[in-house]
Amino acid sequence: MNTFQLIESQLNPDAAIIDEICAAGEPWVKIVKQGQIFRIVDLEGNQAVDTLFFNANHAWERYSVADTIRAQNKLYLTTGSKLCSNFGNVMLTITADTCGRHDTLGGACSAESNTVRYALEKYPMHSCRDNFLHALAHETACGHLDMSKRDIPSNINFFMNVPVTEDGRLEFVDGISAPGKYVEMRAEMDVLVLISNCPQLNNPCNAYNPTPIRLLVWETSAS
Amino acid sequence: MNQENISLWEEPIPGGCHWSGILRRGITLRLADVSGNANAAVLFFNQEEKLERYNMADTLKAQHTFHLTRGHACYSDMGRIFCCITADTVGWHDTVCGLSDRTLIQQKYGITRYQEHRNQMYRNGLDGMLIELGKWGLGMRDIVANINFFSKVTANDAGELTFHRNHSKAGSYVDLSFEMDTLVVLSTAPHPLDTNTTYQPGTVHLAAFTTSSAAASECKQIAENLRGLHNTHRFYPPCGGAL
Ligand SMILES: [Zn+2]
Repeated sequence: MNTFQLIESQLNPDAAIIDEICAAGEPWVKIVKQGQIFRIVDLEGNQAVDTLFFNANHAWERYSVADTIRAQNKLYLTTGSKLCSNFGNVMLTITADTCGRHDTLGGACSAESNTVRYALEKYPMHSCRDNFLHALAHETACGHLDMSKRDIPSNINFFMNVPVTEDGRLEFVDGISAPGKYVEMRAEMDVLVLISNCPQLNNPCNAYNPTPIRLLVWETSAS
Repeated sequence: MNQENISLWEEPIPGGCHWSGILRRGITLRLADVSGNANAAVLFFNQEEKLERYNMADTLKAQHTFHLTRGHACYSDMGRIFCCITADTVGWHDTVCGLSDRTLIQQKYGITRYQEHRNQMYRNGLDGMLIELGKWGLGMRDIVANINFFSKVTANDAGELTFHRNHSKAGSYVDLSFEMDTLVVLSTAPHPLDTNTTYQPGTVHLAAFTTSSAAASECKQIAENLRGLHNTHRFYPPCGGAL
């Protein structure tokens, strides 16, 4: 696990134009313009950050797991990975990563999937899809794009480790992230970022303790 | 085929073509790879509420699997099961690599248009799906990661993907036993990672028959699937809650 190539960023948080904390279990929405740099910091470690990207001008174009893994012929994301849209365009490029691996397959938790995965009576628990739907209902940036549940595809889970074995099993293993680890990416088009800072209390990968994240945006890649 | 497998209807879908239709709960759809080089790209939608659709992540997570085979269920994004895979002579079906599109087919195989080649023209998976989705008022917003029946793609430790050519043999089949009234949308264009250098997608033969009582229990070995079936049956009164 320590064979990952970790690439640090030269950017100074003091120079960021956006520097916000997203509390555990809450959604976060922001537009990141083409050329800007976007960083997600795992403040306390092993937090799953369920993230979707949309073309900021036209939500029909959105992050696509299949296009992304096909374009790089690889399941996991790290420095150099290009996040592709359902139209085959590159939306963002990961330019720095001190965690080393991010999941493309696990998707988001929902009330309904919690009943299947854990127990029928888990339905009332807070979930990532509730966060996504809450954001679609309240955020004007989502309203302007006329977004609905129909526009929610499979998401990225930053800082999550979901290894696939060669014999075709899917494993949920302890995170490889730690306090202060981050992933940084350059927007290749204007993107709407839709995050659910996962409130999952049933999965041991975050020690049953969702924690806050920090989100930063820099104007350009020049430091 | 035994007594219970009397065909209700059958239909061959030539390689590269597309099809859609509604499969009612209690019906099994058999997909057969006629010549051994088929790929059946498939998406499922709830026939009554098409916002509910096949969900790759929930399907894989619920069953701790990267590939689909007999005993697995195909989940919607609402915690319900569209269908169970109740028979499978292939052993591995991909659900993460998506569809071939126009650019990919042209780059790999060249341009072969209808004007010169009639129905031998080269078609792609995405356009085939969009044409079928359009018939039901759906479109690009409804395209999510699909299942690619008959295609095997593995991943190594680093997550690098390998397409296994000639994985499915002539005559191979997979049975999908429906638990919901489901809109099935299907393309028989090549898998996007197919390593074949010539365009020769195989025919997929569809056959529908009544699900046998033995087949109905196939996916109940997995505890999560019992809960998925519970959610599914609740959707259809008066069976509410019954397993
Ligand atoms: Zn979650």
